[in-house]
Amino acid sequence: MWLSDSLEMVRRNLLHIRRTPELLLDVTLSPIMFVLLFNYVFGGAINVPGSYVNFMMAGIFVQTIAFAGVYTAVLLANDLKNGMIDRFRSLPMAQSAVITGRTFTDVLRGMLAIGVMWVVGLLVGFRPDGGGLAALGAIGLMLLFGYALSWLGVAMGVVVRTPEALQGIMFATVFPLTFASSAFVPTETMPDWLQIFAANQPMTLVVNATRSLLIDGTGGPDLMPALLWTAGILVVAFPLAVWLYAKRVV
Amino acid sequence: MPDRPTIFAEGLFKSFGDTHALRGVGLDVAEGTILALLGPNGAGKTTAVRILATLLRPDAGRAEVAGVDVLREPARARTRMGLAGQYAALDEVLTGRENLEMIARLFRLDRATARRRAAELLERFDLVDAADRVTRTYSGGMRRRLDLAGALVATPPVLFLDEPTTGLDPRSRLSMWDMIGELARGGTTVLMTTQYLEEADRLAHDIVVIDHGQVIARGTAAELKQRSGGERLEVVVSDAACLPQAAAALSALAGTEARVEPDQRRVTVPVTSHGGLLTRAVRELDGRGVELDDIGFRRPTLDEVFLALTGRPAEESDSSGVDAPAGVRS
Repeated sequence: MWLSDSLEMVRRNLLHIRRTPELLLDVTLSPIMFVLLFNYVFGGAINVPGSYVNFMMAGIFVQTIAFAGVYTAVLLANDLKNGMIDRFRSLPMAQSAVITGRTFTDVLRGMLAIGVMWVVGLLVGFRPDGGGLAALGAIGLMLLFGYALSWLGVAMGVVVRTPEALQGIMFATVFPLTFASSAFVPTETMPDWLQIFAANQPMTLVVNATRSLLIDGTGGPDLMPALLWTAGILVVAFPLAVWLYAKRVV
Repeated sequence: MPDRPTIFAEGLFKSFGDTHALRGVGLDVAEGTILALLGPNGAGKTTAVRILATLLRPDAGRAEVAGVDVLREPARARTRMGLAGQYAALDEVLTGRENLEMIARLFRLDRATARRRAAELLERFDLVDAADRVTRTYSGGMRRRLDLAGALVATPPVLFLDEPTTGLDPRSRLSMWDMIGELARGGTTVLMTTQYLEEADRLAHDIVVIDHGQVIARGTAAELKQRSGGERLEVVVSDAACLPQAAAALSALAGTEARVEPDQRRVTVPVTSHGGLLTRAVRELDGRGVELDDIGFRRPTLDEVFLALTGRPAEESDSSGVDAPAGVRS
């Protein structure tokens, strides 16, 4: 019941995407831009062990997934604003399907994003030599991290009322988190106070574990902390989002 | 239990901060009848409907729909009701057909049945040509029809309509009225809100007037109009000099005292029965050489009902389009 309702909501979200392909720009065009810009503009100036394209791909993957996850907030806020949620609430459906449908759709968007970036990366010299199994592990880790963030997105979407305000909040939080991390540069070059933050925040840990899986074929020392952070975010954000949603709409 | 009302509410209270939206509203609707909740903007009509439709929890009170306690078993109550709102909550990006199929699927109909049901409703609400267009391109009337169709997907015994015709053009309004009337004749119990006495008059078996969150009157349309002074015959003369003559003639015909408004060149007399009065009035005035710009029966407007019920005009009420005198009416 809950599952079939959630899938029906996924179907609705996919119809939206088909009618408004711009909804996919954040998981197609912008990551391609990032791959090209970072590789050709910053690539020559940043010193990392190994090739820069191999270094930065994990960063761009995780950044894109993080943005895509939080983006769910905007779409949910729209539904709340235009009365569509009232329609759903007058139906005898599983009410949580509205938000699980959203997060399921985010996973699909995340898969698309990874696929697109993978291909563009290969074209500009990305060589994930860690092996097939490790690559699957990396993709799984990224999708799980994105899924956890999309629950945070749901919570934000319910609390912040206007889609415009949400966009602002997202940029003000996700951008610093990606740039003050190991996504594009090694954290060692940052000032001490920033290093402490940058080296331990979830984005860095997930990026490091993903990078290690893709390039070396092992999770490295950061895989466990990355999984713990992801699980931690999910454990907090999931019930929080469900509670906030129920409170807002009932 | 045949005596039990299909829609029932008692002692509903709801506040939003300092605003007391409902202060003890109660109502009941018998099976297969239409009850109109009449009142100006901000009277609490929508709040009452939202509570009955499980969208809002009251601070106090009891509500029942088709024998199901709305507060205790909202999920079960939702299987018995359809809701169409004044803002017509449709998915703008989906087509009319996709909207209906989605709602049908969420009512747990299987895919084939959902498809068939959507096609039936599109046919019935005259939306076949627009079925595969996205609803963003629909006119106001089409939206309302699709919204109503959405409320009927699961053929619920109870229907809530929140201002079903507000903002519609006259033709769409008439067709909406026909559809609502037909539903009630088919046994659906309807609770609708409206700002228009004319609409309540035309559709509803019973009317509950609400203001500032309280029920201030209830009865049939005829009863309410009687309380507000009933029907009047109204005449606008071409030449203000003829006003005294016209007043005397109408007073004599109706047997009641005439009211003269010189600025509008208008004479009004309360009437109790139509019976040939209009013809006699025209003949009489013509005989006296009084030329007319307009003549007709005039029913009280919502403003006047309010004035009679509360001793003050209906605040914020939108009185445009409400029972304006429209020339000679039968």
